[in-house]
Amino acid sequence: MTRAFIALVSKDLKLFFTDRRAVVLSLVAPIAIGSFFGYIFNGAGDRTEIGRVRRAQATVAVELPTRFGADAAGAFFGGGARKKAEVRLLYDPSRATEASMVQGILVGHVMQSVSKEMFTGPTGRAAIGDALIQLERDTTMRPDERGALQDLLHGAGRWNDTSRAAGSSGAGGGLTIPFDVKKEAMTSRRGVPYNGYAHSFAGMGVQFVLFMAIEMGLGLLLQQRDGLWRRLRAAPVSRGVLLGARSVSTALQSLFILFFMFLFARVVFGVRVDGSLAGFIGIAVAFSLMTASFGLLIAGLGRTPEGTRALSIVATLVLVMLGGAWVPTFVFPQWLQKLTVVVPTRWAIDGLDATTWRGLGFSSVAWPIVFLLGAAVICGSLAVARFRWDAD
Amino acid sequence: MFDINGLTKRYGNVVAVDGVSFRAGEGEAIGLLGPNGAGKTTTVSMIAGLLRPDAGEVLIAGRPLCGDTDPIKREIGLVTQDIALVDDLSALDNLLFFAALYDLDRPAARRAAADALDLVGLADRARHKVRTFSGGMKRRLNLAAALLHDPRILLLDEPTVGVDPQSRNAIFDNLETLKRRGKTLLYTTHYMEEAERLCDRVVIIDHGKVIANDTLQGLYRLLPASNLLSIELEDREGRVDLEQLRALPPVKTVEFADGALRVGVSDLAAATPFVLQWLVDHGHRYRHAVTERADLETVFLSLTGRTLRDR
Repeated sequence: MTRAFIALVSKDLKLFFTDRRAVVLSLVAPIAIGSFFGYIFNGAGDRTEIGRVRRAQATVAVELPTRFGADAAGAFFGGGARKKAEVRLLYDPSRATEASMVQGILVGHVMQSVSKEMFTGPTGRAAIGDALIQLERDTTMRPDERGALQDLLHGAGRWNDTSRAAGSSGAGGGLTIPFDVKKEAMTSRRGVPYNGYAHSFAGMGVQFVLFMAIEMGLGLLLQQRDGLWRRLRAAPVSRGVLLGARSVSTALQSLFILFFMFLFARVVFGVRVDGSLAGFIGIAVAFSLMTASFGLLIAGLGRTPEGTRALSIVATLVLVMLGGAWVPTFVFPQWLQKLTVVVPTRWAIDGLDATTWRGLGFSSVAWPIVFLLGAAVICGSLAVARFRWDAD
Repeated sequence: MFDINGLTKRYGNVVAVDGVSFRAGEGEAIGLLGPNGAGKTTTVSMIAGLLRPDAGEVLIAGRPLCGDTDPIKREIGLVTQDIALVDDLSALDNLLFFAALYDLDRPAARRAAADALDLVGLADRARHKVRTFSGGMKRRLNLAAALLHDPRILLLDEPTVGVDPQSRNAIFDNLETLKRRGKTLLYTTHYMEEAERLCDRVVIIDHGKVIANDTLQGLYRLLPASNLLSIELEDREGRVDLEQLRALPPVKTVEFADGALRVGVSDLAAATPFVLQWLVDHGHRYRHAVTERADLETVFLSLTGRTLRDR
């Protein structure tokens, strides 16, 4: 029985590896698409073009009204009673995120400029003089309070005079945000940037391995129509060996594709397994076995190859879409993120993400491995139960 | 070597095989004859253990075949109607693969593959991919693949479908060799001449039922006449007194159609001059006369009223 099992697996692998076109397509297609998505998600797109006015090539444009500076300063010192100047921020709808960033930067710069004018410019000096005169005239205020405020305003006036005498017209002065923000993705280690290729290769690997499962299932359905299947059945070989060998050979081909893809990503794009290597291998093996069982399920549930093909392709695309193969699940809405935890492809992709760019340990992928193996057992059992052996 | 008793298989309301029973002794060649859809392949599938019968039993060497892994399956070699080979492997790799399914170790598999390739005359093409083979070569390799584990029973399901006469002849030479080696053959076909050349006994099946099961001689004895004399008359209207002709001692049957008399006789040598002289004596001139030996086609026609290949 062992000899028959090995012969069946070897035959499938030999057929796969001797079909150069199939091997090349199985590897080139996911690598090409994974590279494309990685390029997009790695932030390597065009720089955001920002213009003072609307321009054809600008993706975000800022339109300032005339007398913006005077209006803004007046509004700042005059309180809410004064009409505020209006700044128009125009943006390409596909670049809404960049527009928000530009808005934040603009607010910071305007506030700094206006506060600088207050402490060092003529508008601020005049405002301090006015405030001192009003204090002198105010008879209702207690003398100690008036004295404290006069000291504060005189101090501000002196700083104004000193700054003006020092010619501090350039940098410095004004209110600034009292801290710096350093953005850094939560990756495996401090200082290691997020590598979008790690996710895109995981996603495309999962997608194309599932496509391979479809081919395996359809191949089994086709085989039932020809003499080879009858001859295999005529041999003293159990059904478990026949289907098990096909599953193992498919799982090995899947593993080969996944490992080759990540080897390519390592060499070309610097994708590393920064987390648990055992976890990475565990996820890859478990997902490959689940894929093989999925292929068997297609063969078990399908009646004809023609009718089964379209349905299984749609099912696979839904699985990879919800699993986060195309875009990471962390950009999904919260409700969808919660809903998709039942999708096996998500366990695989999250597991591969966890052990590559997130740099997590084996414990973080232990449950996904268990779930994937469980799904493999369920799919395999259903497939065996539904497989039509007497297809004569 | 094998017995089948009351074998029945239904597909919904259709009874594909209906209580079929026959047996094959050691070294015997049985022809299973019938038109397309008669139930031949279904019967072979049940004997090979591919299909579970709804009723009846198959006994291989006296015991029933139980389950997929029953070692008794080693006694059976199946030559399928469709070519059962892997196109992208070489002939040798195909044979080594099938040998492994029967648990032959590597040296034994190599010996068996070499012997089988020798038998079917493909030893010089062992390393060539099957994809490059002609239809006839594939058929011969298909036969070789069933011989690797040295089965005592060979189930041959229309193994010459779609091959040229030369390849068919080569396959028949191989089968006759195997028969001489003592293999039990069950040969399904709807070509009568193939069964006549190879088989000791013929089982005729129609609509899933056995309608005859006998030696060739026994089947011919079912016919009223073993030979046929066809005479084309100059007078195509045929004003021959058929009743008077039928009453002649050597004549068994008489028909007249399309200007030709078909006279069934047993002893062709004695009857031919007698019948021709009788025609001349009664004023009938004939253009030519041919003799035919009754064959299995005639038997099938006689048993069912239909021809085999026109269905």
